[in-house]
Amino acid sequence: MLLQNLSILVLAGFIGYAVISKIPNTLHTPLMSGTNAIHGIVVLGGIILLGMGVGGTLNKVLLVIAVTFGTINVVGGFLVTDRMLEMFKAKPKDEIEAGGE
Amino acid sequence: MTPPIATFLTDTNFRSVLYIVSFSLFIYGLSGLTGPKTAVRGNRIAAVGMGVAIVATLLMPHLHNLGLIVLGVVLGTIVGVPAARRVKMTQMPQMVALFNGVGGGAVALIAWVEFRKSGGFADVPTYVAIFSVFAAIIGSVSFWGSNIAFAKLQELLPGKPISIGPAQQPVNFLLLAAAAACGVAIVAGSHGEGLFLGLLVAAAILGNFVVLPIGGADMPVVISLLNAFTGLSAAATGIALNNPALIVAGMIVGASGTLLTQQMAHAMNRSITSVVAGGFGGAVEAPVGAAGTDGTVRSTSAADVAIQMAYARQVVVVPGYGMAVSQAQHAVREMSKLLEAKGVAVKYAIHPVAGRMPGHMNVLLAEADVPYDQLKEMDDINGEFSRTDVSLVIGANDVTNPDARNKPDSPIYGMPILNVDESSSVIVLKRSMSSGYAGIDNPLFTNPKTSMLFGDAKGSVADITEELKAL
Repeated sequence: MLLQNLSILVLAGFIGYAVISKIPNTLHTPLMSGTNAIHGIVVLGGIILLGMGVGGTLNKVLLVIAVTFGTINVVGGFLVTDRMLEMFKAKPKDEIEAGGE
Repeated sequence: MTPPIATFLTDTNFRSVLYIVSFSLFIYGLSGLTGPKTAVRGNRIAAVGMGVAIVATLLMPHLHNLGLIVLGVVLGTIVGVPAARRVKMTQMPQMVALFNGVGGGAVALIAWVEFRKSGGFADVPTYVAIFSVFAAIIGSVSFWGSNIAFAKLQELLPGKPISIGPAQQPVNFLLLAAAAACGVAIVAGSHGEGLFLGLLVAAAILGNFVVLPIGGADMPVVISLLNAFTGLSAAATGIALNNPALIVAGMIVGASGTLLTQQMAHAMNRSITSVVAGGFGGAVEAPVGAAGTDGTVRSTSAADVAIQMAYARQVVVVPGYGMAVSQAQHAVREMSKLLEAKGVAVKYAIHPVAGRMPGHMNVLLAEADVPYDQLKEMDDINGEFSRTDVSLVIGANDVTNPDARNKPDSPIYGMPILNVDESSSVIVLKRSMSSGYAGIDNPLFTNPKTSMLFGDAKGSVADITEELKAL
């Protein structure tokens, strides 16, 4: 199981590097907030441990905090990235005139 | 009896397939970020991938504590949604720092509970202990380091380097060694919770000490590095919990953060170690001072600037952190539209480390509806300055400093810069004659081609716009 997981780890590293290196400088801020959202995947860790039926009040409190943190990342990260990327979309000319804040 | 459909849904293989679907969506979604047209869709595809991963996890057989899981998700949503909706684009560096931090914090907490529930890793394979310990150290460093970065960017702490002096490096090294020693003892079979707490505390102090001495201009490197840390710690958690979605997602973030860190450090001509070893402060503070400004500075008026630009063929705007601080992006766009109406070509030259995080200026200008194709990266625009009539530098300093090209003993010598001094004339909008974050004199300001317009960037740009309207 360990070797299998290590292979996944290494391959994911190379794929990640290849994909990310094609992203232009202009989109680096949305990239960072997008990866913020993706590392919110740690929420799974909290759910798994809670779901396995961990006992003890301190354990439960720590895990609820972990799930909260992870969810902040996921929800906040994807939303803020969406907000930013909408701004980068090319807009029709008259819309630009109307929507200049 | 459980109905067959429930047995199927909670089957391990089915859930594994869902995880594979999920990480495929992450990778596919991220590849959409290569262009602004596909990026929105890409981000949403990645979000769907996240939804699939969470559903797959909730399908685990005999799920306990559902109420607590829902509680965590609800709390996270209550905090996350308004934060994402309300944050200003100028505050994105803080927001990303904070998000890096909570991710790292979650990883450290999960590793801690993993330790407690397995009796100090007594009943799990050694590799689980190793990866959990790694996740705990890196996650904790990332949490505390990111909080400091946030506090500096939010100006709760001074942006200038704060350090305990020459002892900083040895102390940091000792802290790392202490955290690692606790980790090794745990992996070797000690079950005392004190060791784990010792590890968390040492890593926490280390996180504080590493980021406190780093100055404002180095923030893009630091944020990228902490981003990489959080990703790698999530990947380690994935191995400890044997979860492929966590491994792939964490590793992609780790790769992304690493790549950005390298690019940022390269754009400043500094090694990652020299950034982490402390900001521009200390070593270069001495040569700075009144002595350096031997030339005279010419100041100009908004009316003159307006006339100069109105009769130019091409104007290149060089934005920097000063534009973000004074929120001048909308005013700049307003001014550019007037210039374009007069037939002037307007372009924006973006240095990779302008602002406080990778791509910071681009987001601000995109917010102000500047067309994507007017935003030029350094390598594309540098050849154009010799054909440019006016370069308008708005709150940027070190990224335009010709010393980086010409003066081998300058602390920023070798850093790639925007060659604004090659254009026919340069106008610098600046609050005062203080030096930039690096605390280094900029001979661009005393160049005979350069004139300075002092004042708040937003106010100055608004004045120029008024003058342009009057022309």
